[in-house]
Amino acid sequence: MNILVCAKRVPMTGGTIVLTEDEQAIQTRHLGFTISPHEECGVEEAVRLIEANGGESVVLALGPSEAEEQLRDAMALGIDRAILLETADEFDGQATAAAIVAAIEAERASGVEFDLIFFGNESADSGNYQVGIRVAHALGRPCVTGVKGITVQDGRARCEQETASGRDVYDVPLPAVVTVKEGLNLPRYPSVPGRLRAKRKPLATSAPSGRAAGVEKLRLRLPPGQGKQAEILGHGPEAAPAVVEVLRRAGLVA
Amino acid sequence: MSDLPTSARAVVIGAGIVGNSISYHLSELGWRDLVLLDKGPFPNPGGSTGHASNFIFPVDHSKEMTALTLDSMRQYQDLDVFTESGGIEVARTEERMQELHRRMSSAHAWGIDRVSMVTPAEIKGMVPFIDETILLGGFSSPGVGVVDSLRAGTIMRERAVAAGALTISANTEVLGIDGERGRVRRVRTTRGDIETEVVVVACGVWSPAIAHMAGALIPLTPAVHQMIDIGPVPRFASSTRHIEYPIVRDMDTFMYERQDGIGLEIGSYAHRPILHDPEEIPSIEQAALSPTELPFTQADFDKQMEDALELMPEIVGDESVGVKYAINGLLSLTPDGMPLLGETHEVRGLWSCAAVWVKEGPGIAKAVAEWMTHGESEIDLHSSDIARFWDHQKTRAHVRARTSEGFNKTYGIIHPSEQWASNRDVRLPPFHARQKQLDAVFFEAAGWERPHWYESNAPLLEEYADRINPREAEWDARWWSPIINAEHLAMRDRAGMVDLSAFTIFDVAGPGALEAVQGVAMRQMDVPVGRVVYTPVLTPGGGFKADLTIMRLDDELFRVVTGGAHGPADRKWFADRLPKEGTAQIADLTSAWTTLGLWGPRARDILSSVTRDDVSHEGFRFGSCRTIEIDTLRVLASRISYVGDLGWELYVPIEQGQKLWDVIAEAGRPHGIAPVGIGVYGTTGRLEKCYRAYGFELESEYNVCEAGMAGPKVKEEDFVGKQAHLRHRDEEPATIMCTLTVDDHTSASGVKRYMLGREPIQTRDGQPLTDSRGRRSYVTSAGAGPSVGKHLLMAYLPPEQAQVGTELAVEYLNERYPVTVAVAGSTPIFDPENERIRS
Repeated sequence: MNILVCAKRVPMTGGTIVLTEDEQAIQTRHLGFTISPHEECGVEEAVRLIEANGGESVVLALGPSEAEEQLRDAMALGIDRAILLETADEFDGQATAAAIVAAIEAERASGVEFDLIFFGNESADSGNYQVGIRVAHALGRPCVTGVKGITVQDGRARCEQETASGRDVYDVPLPAVVTVKEGLNLPRYPSVPGRLRAKRKPLATSAPSGRAAGVEKLRLRLPPGQGKQAEILGHGPEAAPAVVEVLRRAGLVA
Repeated sequence: MSDLPTSARAVVIGAGIVGNSISYHLSELGWRDLVLLDKGPFPNPGGSTGHASNFIFPVDHSKEMTALTLDSMRQYQDLDVFTESGGIEVARTEERMQELHRRMSSAHAWGIDRVSMVTPAEIKGMVPFIDETILLGGFSSPGVGVVDSLRAGTIMRERAVAAGALTISANTEVLGIDGERGRVRRVRTTRGDIETEVVVVACGVWSPAIAHMAGALIPLTPAVHQMIDIGPVPRFASSTRHIEYPIVRDMDTFMYERQDGIGLEIGSYAHRPILHDPEEIPSIEQAALSPTELPFTQADFDKQMEDALELMPEIVGDESVGVKYAINGLLSLTPDGMPLLGETHEVRGLWSCAAVWVKEGPGIAKAVAEWMTHGESEIDLHSSDIARFWDHQKTRAHVRARTSEGFNKTYGIIHPSEQWASNRDVRLPPFHARQKQLDAVFFEAAGWERPHWYESNAPLLEEYADRINPREAEWDARWWSPIINAEHLAMRDRAGMVDLSAFTIFDVAGPGALEAVQGVAMRQMDVPVGRVVYTPVLTPGGGFKADLTIMRLDDELFRVVTGGAHGPADRKWFADRLPKEGTAQIADLTSAWTTLGLWGPRARDILSSVTRDDVSHEGFRFGSCRTIEIDTLRVLASRISYVGDLGWELYVPIEQGQKLWDVIAEAGRPHGIAPVGIGVYGTTGRLEKCYRAYGFELESEYNVCEAGMAGPKVKEEDFVGKQAHLRHRDEEPATIMCTLTVDDHTSASGVKRYMLGREPIQTRDGQPLTDSRGRRSYVTSAGAGPSVGKHLLMAYLPPEQAQVGTELAVEYLNERYPVTVAVAGSTPIFDPENERIRS
């Protein structure tokens, strides 16, 4: 089987997020980059399924040339090859989905059919919850979102969602699109040989076709009260009553 | 949390290993009302201590750094936070094997005897997961260990608090440091202001930004050191201790690997230099991990992963072992790789204790606390004194240039004479154009370009072919030329002219000038106008702070001339001790005057051909100075010599230097004058005369009597270090400065080898020599003595060995060579009666 994982390069933020002066982006001068925890689980699941079933795993990102770093990270974990849809522009959900669909069709034209396409349930930065569903719709495939458990057998995928009362289970025919959530599995760490192999794995770069007019970003605003606040309740035994009071207010002690 | 006091005896900023440790040591030395601040939380405020690798290899080629590291290890052991693991520096190349042999010798020189060279098989025995087949050997140091630096800091901080000496305040950011009339007055913080006259900047990578608030410069840069942690390692799964295998330094790849619990930490100094700016370091809130643990840049580490995989395939190549933690950790780098210690030049009361790593932290903190208390420290800190930098060396561009160049030298093989390539040609003497025409090979001194020798003198090699001792081994001949020896002989036979522009020159002037110099100089300064006095300058404990010359130019005007490298520190030493009433002032004239040395048996003939003034022996005595007319120039001539030949130092305003050069060169031509480089002035010339040099023979750890420079009597007037000096004169010296000659240069492989300095002196059968104060004998200076036909070594020897004719050995690159004591004390080996300079 063949599996495609779509992932997005996002900043790895600390406690306090700082915006650029024009309020169009997050200040990333001191930040590292990563993919969302959901997508990390997607990568891990793809690697495990291919290890178990054979076939090829592919990771795809749409973003700046630096997104190669995240694609190599995924390949260090065992993904076989990568596709970078390189653009300096910011694409909204609709445009991103269109570009990914075009890339999938190009793969099909060269003879690669993906049985499963994984997305993170939502991206870690913009959180639009759209791209996976849009891609599934455009391709006319079934789509299950928010998945925390998946088994593949006999051309079908059994997908589990967590709900307040238990689990909802969807059984879909392949090919299908699945958006996954953190908790699906415990992603591995890359090994050093994996890292070194990733350097040599194939990465195909292409420019996605023009973005469609869709969502327009006016500016970003920071929510009030962001950042961690610490209050020192006291030192040594004298602090005990204050701690008890906090626990009482939290309803943890009577 | 106590409230911040409104005033303090001293405020220490920064609660990493350095700030905690210096607070403790100040309290131990009796300081009270101390305040320790940090903008971060305790015990890990987010600086470099928090992510330090925490291992300590004691051996360094620098005596000062080794002493500070050993003292730190003792302190960590006393605090019970030291785990001995052993460590091995491994070699993949022949060049590195030689370097490891050199480390053996440095270990012996500094008193570390628990070291040995080990074979690849022995390495495998100690580190079973290493691929020994790619190694040629190793340098094993069983005393290597790992410390808990955060715990050490916490214990020391708590002890100072318990002693009632220290108030601590975490999460307290410094907003400003106010000064008044060049002194620190107050520290302004987010929790209120503190009046104080002493501030210690122990802020690691933030130090430049904090010092800048007070108007001072601390020339360091935050730089990235990459490290990763991989695990879990199956072999380490059953470890009962944090570290059970020796730490491996893979020297040729500039990397290290060490067990850390069930993981293996891999660190690198091999990647490209990645520098940051202190002002740009993210805040604690903004940082994803901590402000000094920046996002890892994988591409910079790819090569290192391959190298680590090659060395330790069993662990690094294990697919089940994952990269769990990877950072671009920030640490402090300085232009010359040494720490930045002492009171800043710019602001009195503002002390720098920066660019200090965990391995030397407590030792440095103790030494700086002593310095702040007594005016000197037990361990001589001259290589780390922040006053060693001239202004241009504190610029951001210089710091970045040199640290970029120096980063990959962290594990590099550094020749003792190795020159920097970046940011050269900053201070050019007026002779520079002429020197370039003469194909001078320039070495840098305090930013000056100084000819070390002149390639144009190559024809002299033929003239002196039988006396110049070419060096066969590349290492011995690196940064060296036989032309130096030929220049030396030409000077001794005829005359040489030497560029001395790098001298630091400052005047002490005013009604209190005599009082000012008298209180600092050991020798009598109340001399007639026109006299030149060579004098030691002592620390309060009677060790050497400097040695320099002072000319009395007028009743109330003294001109101090000292070396370029230590000039700023010497100037500060005088400035700090000027009469309180303001009756004397210092003016730095380094950039106003240039100096040309003219020495050799023909020097008088040459000089008298271009001046009508009396330069006869009787008319211009040794040790006197006066202004004479040379051609169209008025020149301050000073009849002294550091090379042991007749001649003068000639001082002119700097813009007239080239004219002076041309006049002397032209007048000297019929006499066969040669331009002579610092290779002669700084080494061969002075060694034959047994002249000592500051930073080599002369350090605060040795006194005047030991150096053989006491003189017949002590002046009546008081001077710094007088009481200690009088005491030293009453004692038998514990060690005596000697000059030794090498009897046989032949190595085991049959190649003749030439020592370069800093090697251990031993008995013929390899026993170390240690004096009654625990100081090892080592070569303070080494070099050729072309006129005496011997390779010369200077060394302090215990009195039993300090006898002419004593047969000893020098260990060079881990091999012993026979040497003999030629001189005990200061009698010159060449021209012992000093007839040349007094003719």
